[in-house]
Amino acid sequence: MNAITKNEQNAITRAVLEIDVNNHAGVMSHVVGLFSRRSYNVEGILCLPVGDGRQSRIWLLVNEDQRLAQMMKQAGKLEDVIAIRRHNADHAVFQDLETFFRP
Amino acid sequence: MTETLTGAQITVRLLERQGIRTVAGIPGGAILPIYDALGQSTEIHHVLARHEQGAGFMAQGMARATGMPAVCLASSGPGATNLLTAIADAKLDSIPLVAITGQVPKAMIGTDAFQEVDTYGLSIPITKHNFLVSSAEELLEVLPRAFQIAASGRPGPVLIDIPKDVQTQAIEISQWPEPGRALPAPTANPEQIEQVAAMINAAERPILYLGGGVVHSGASTAAIELAEKASLPTVMTLMALGTMPVDHPLSLGMLGMHAARYTNFLLDECDLLIAVGARFDDRATGKVAAFCPQAKIIHIDIDPAELDKIKTAHIGIAADISEALGQLLPAVLENVRKIWVDRSNQLKAEFPLDMTGADNPRSHFGLIQSVAACLDDEAIIATDVGQHQMWVAQAYPLRRPRQWLTSGGLGTMGFGVPAAIGAALAERERTVVCFTGDGSIMMNIQELVTAAEENVNIKIVLMDNATLGLVHQQQTLFYGERLFASQFRSSPDFIKIAQGFGIAAVDLDSSTNPCATLMEAISRPGPCLIHASIDAEQKVYPMVPPGAANRDMIGA
Repeated sequence: MNAITKNEQNAITRAVLEIDVNNHAGVMSHVVGLFSRRSYNVEGILCLPVGDGRQSRIWLLVNEDQRLAQMMKQAGKLEDVIAIRRHNADHAVFQDLETFFRP
Repeated sequence: MTETLTGAQITVRLLERQGIRTVAGIPGGAILPIYDALGQSTEIHHVLARHEQGAGFMAQGMARATGMPAVCLASSGPGATNLLTAIADAKLDSIPLVAITGQVPKAMIGTDAFQEVDTYGLSIPITKHNFLVSSAEELLEVLPRAFQIAASGRPGPVLIDIPKDVQTQAIEISQWPEPGRALPAPTANPEQIEQVAAMINAAERPILYLGGGVVHSGASTAAIELAEKASLPTVMTLMALGTMPVDHPLSLGMLGMHAARYTNFLLDECDLLIAVGARFDDRATGKVAAFCPQAKIIHIDIDPAELDKIKTAHIGIAADISEALGQLLPAVLENVRKIWVDRSNQLKAEFPLDMTGADNPRSHFGLIQSVAACLDDEAIIATDVGQHQMWVAQAYPLRRPRQWLTSGGLGTMGFGVPAAIGAALAERERTVVCFTGDGSIMMNIQELVTAAEENVNIKIVLMDNATLGLVHQQQTLFYGERLFASQFRSSPDFIKIAQGFGIAAVDLDSSTNPCATLMEAISRPGPCLIHASIDAEQKVYPMVPPGAANRDMIGA
């Protein structure tokens, strides 16, 4: 599948979530576990500390369906989630990673 | 003044400063430093449960009866895993709980050490929040924060896992943090309140739908005032029973799977549903698409994630209910709404709850009403889970918030006895009645000895049909009467069991005057088990079959 078709497909079926969290052990389980236990598939995960390291940012590539708004509300209730923003699937963050994911 | 204290001493001191006076738990290796410190406390009374789940439900009983966060303690490994059911139950019913567990020393975490289990990981999906504490200093922040989280917004359980070396670590303390209290709740947007008032004023057939959030918010008086001012027939969820007295002229009782016919029929006709602190649970709505099919929906809840989760609201307001109703009340016009109230009364008369046999104290409804006749509204009514729970929900005259303690969301058999003990510990002056079944009581029967030890004023009314009644009912109705694993081939002698555990027991079966025997047992202080056999063929009716619309009730 070439990149253009993939992007087109992503634009229809996927979304990118940008989640600012307190950086401590366990916060990834809180966020990712929320999705998995509601059988909401997460296609891609990126996470790195931000600034002085007290916070991290988690980027999630998710399938977009009618439950996404509810998932974002539930994620927003997590104590360690500071902010959550939604982007379209063509957001740059996952774009340049394909070279690392060749079979 | 600077003191040198261990993590364990700090934990106990912070609990004292938090105002905690009773905790329930069971010690074990990894929490022994905290127990050592707890033993030195002159302010905190420790109740020794006989199973950690019992300790968890005792804390729940305290929290449900008082509305304040309550504390349970367990050791690592099996102690922690045994607590989990009680924590999950608190999550689903939004009960403020702080569970403290011991953990193996930090250096041993991840080594499959003796009694090591990933308590933090296990508790993520069933807590509002959880902590794994990594130093004694951290306790100063974590403990108050745990209480704050448990009590703020939509309440819920918080777990604090404390490794043993953190409990023994000594640090210098010069200043104590403020106790954790509920944060101010979000207030309702006045413009939205105006819209809500306009919708209520314009509605012809509105119904007020109260949920457990009304209890948590202390908003039952405001809800009743709203109902009275605008003449709103009012339904309650299982969790909200007691918020409007069941004999209030506007009360339609409980809605949903085991509602009276008139309740579900009237909901079918309403043009406006005002959901307050309710979450459109499947047992309340039945088939969602067919729930209040003609109604516009107003939804007020403190948890924004509940808005539009099951039903899309025409107006959704994320706010504290007391505050929102306080704003709403002056904006709503007085309205006698005669046609609609008449219609409600007509359906009530036409399709009442069938309580045939209620005049016989040996029938299920008769027993419940005979117990009620021995008590006033000051009593606390706890239940276990099953047929008895639904019958009590249908037939007991509940008249005040926090009178009613029941496991709603998780539906946990074994809840009743320890929750009743907890309620009795928290509210010593009240009589606490626990309705239970022979299936449920066996799931935490070990706590009878705790009841004896604490000499709590609980009356356990055991409705014994020698079956798992709701399973028996569903197999009879929906599985071609193929009864399997729902009838006990052997039943214990519950009178001897109670006496063996050290509490009084009476058997209504052998009593020539069951009402007099009941009255005597209930008015005698201290714990007592009251055994009554009931007919296993009795069903909880009406019943909405699972997955069906509420209007399609079967039975009675």
